[in-house]
Amino acid sequence: MIDNHERADEPYEPPEELGGALEGANLASPVYDAGDLGALTSGWKLALKSFAENRLAIAGFAIILFFILFCYVGPHVYHTNQISGNVLNSDLPPGAGHPLGTDNNGYDELGRLMIGGQAALEIGFFAAAIATVIGSLYGAISGLIGGFLDGLLMRIVDVILAIPYLLIVLIIATRWRGTVLSLSLILGLFAWLVPARLIRGEVLTLRVRDFVSAARVMGGSRRRLIFKHLLPNALSVVIVNITFQVADAIIVVALLGFLGFGLEYPHVDWGDMLANANTALGNGYWWLVYPVGISLILVVMACNFIGNALRDAVDVRLRRR
Amino acid sequence: MARWLGQEIEPPRFCIRLHKEGKPLSGYILRRLGTSIVVIIGISMIAFGLLHIISSSPGRAVLGLHASARAVAQFNKANGYDDPIVVQYYHYVVQLLHGNLGYSYKLNQPVTSLLAENALRSLYLSGVSLILAILVAIPLGIYQAVRRNHLGDYLVTSGAFTFYSMPSFFLGLLLIQAFSLSLHIFPAEASQSVSVFGVMADPRAMFLPILNLVVIQVAGFSQYMRSSALDALSQDYIRLARAKGLSQRAVLSGHLLRNALLPMITLIGLSIPALLAGNLIIETLFNYPGLGLMFYNALLNEDYPTLLSYTLIAGVLTVVGNFIADIAITIADPRVRLA
Repeated sequence: MIDNHERADEPYEPPEELGGALEGANLASPVYDAGDLGALTSGWKLALKSFAENRLAIAGFAIILFFILFCYVGPHVYHTNQISGNVLNSDLPPGAGHPLGTDNNGYDELGRLMIGGQAALEIGFFAAAIATVIGSLYGAISGLIGGFLDGLLMRIVDVILAIPYLLIVLIIATRWRGTVLSLSLILGLFAWLVPARLIRGEVLTLRVRDFVSAARVMGGSRRRLIFKHLLPNALSVVIVNITFQVADAIIVVALLGFLGFGLEYPHVDWGDMLANANTALGNGYWWLVYPVGISLILVVMACNFIGNALRDAVDVRLRRR
Repeated sequence: MARWLGQEIEPPRFCIRLHKEGKPLSGYILRRLGTSIVVIIGISMIAFGLLHIISSSPGRAVLGLHASARAVAQFNKANGYDDPIVVQYYHYVVQLLHGNLGYSYKLNQPVTSLLAENALRSLYLSGVSLILAILVAIPLGIYQAVRRNHLGDYLVTSGAFTFYSMPSFFLGLLLIQAFSLSLHIFPAEASQSVSVFGVMADPRAMFLPILNLVVIQVAGFSQYMRSSALDALSQDYIRLARAKGLSQRAVLSGHLLRNALLPMITLIGLSIPALLAGNLIIETLFNYPGLGLMFYNALLNEDYPTLLSYTLIAGVLTVVGNFIADIAITIADPRVRLA
């Protein structure tokens, strides 16, 4: 890395064997070596390659894919009645007809795991999407405007960021009926602050770059600057952040469900299924706790694996180790 | 640069200027204090705003469904709930400055006394677990950095990653299953003693909640410690210390530890929201009567004055934690001052 910089600062001197072949070329400009050229032209390809080489990331992808299939295709293969429970069948241990037993309302636990997984995945992705969209726009606008308004917008971020996330989300969740949409909104509306800060930081460094000045000089509107030039270039930061957002949202929604402020019955997510886990363990109904908990951990872990790999892949400082 | 060669060489000049005048540091503290106060004012606005949106007319909630509209209006007027919003906010702030956090109509008790009742027990749980977590995480992180990419490092990293990806209550459930239901060593319920001394006298009952919080925090802290120790290990002064023939022990405790600890200061300052969230979950799971359980019960009762006062306090504590961490890091690390 350091070698390249030093070389780039020196005027290029052609090797003797090239002779007059380079005559007339602008020799005063810095000449990069082949490695740098490659990095400049195919940054995304390099990132993709580094990501694909990461075995944990592939495992993470496989886990997510498995759970998407399990939760969405599973119910079409493994039919269970998740509309009305049969109390006579409650708390059956795993056995014939119920591979994972039944819960205290007589619902088949395996089928419930699929339904609950749908809600958990959906809330995770929606909340992350909401947070990312709001955060990116807010951060980009704030960074681009600059000056007093930027300071004001960032103080607002500081204020909301200082309020512990779980507390405020729980307070608002007591007022809203728990649906997939409402929970995603609540989580997303208080999770956009970190992406906003990240994007603003990116925009602040990008806005002084030549291609942005060029776009501005050519009369590009502010909207065009944001959507065509700044956001796409800040994309790598967003993509890394979004995977961590998904993981966080899935954990927080599980916490909400565990505390009893999750989806409204009869809808269910993984957290709701663990709301009575303490009692279930006391009664020895392990099948009501471990399958759900392990699924939860696997999905969150998979998101974190992917996030870590993406971060390594797009982090320029770590590239070409 | 080279005191070890037997020569004393002056530190760079900008250091002298900074230390002698001391101006940049106090200026920095003042600026930082200013933003902190602005943020705290913002938090009070949000807490007040939410309280106002959620229960703009507490008269109905206090007097019940059967109260006449007139009685409700009278109550709201007597308590100032029909004033213009700015006036109400002014009164709210004045009350806050006098240490009055509002009144819990559900529990018929001032919120301040409610918080004071529970604060010590929560402080004990959080304090003990935070200190234990730091004491475990620092050597663990250094061990990982020194044994980088060896079996021990891989094991600790995977453990930390697993615990980090686990909702805190699920770890609690595992602990209850293992230590309480299977082995019958520790009770599944935390100490129910009213006084904090009673809680301290019952370490058996506090073992599981404290262990739970410690493990969750170590999972985060040790990984920061590892990367910060890795950074420090690659620096020249470590190579220098090794080159002059210091033992591994002297290098680690004399040169590495102090420098690798610096990022931990910031991290601990930032950990207050996580600490409060952890308290909420763990106290609910183990039924430990602290601030977290109080918050949970207030959620069930829809006791908004209590909820929002606690949120306000939590926000202020977060700001104060960040502020102290920032100041501490500037004092501990002169490089930050120059940046």
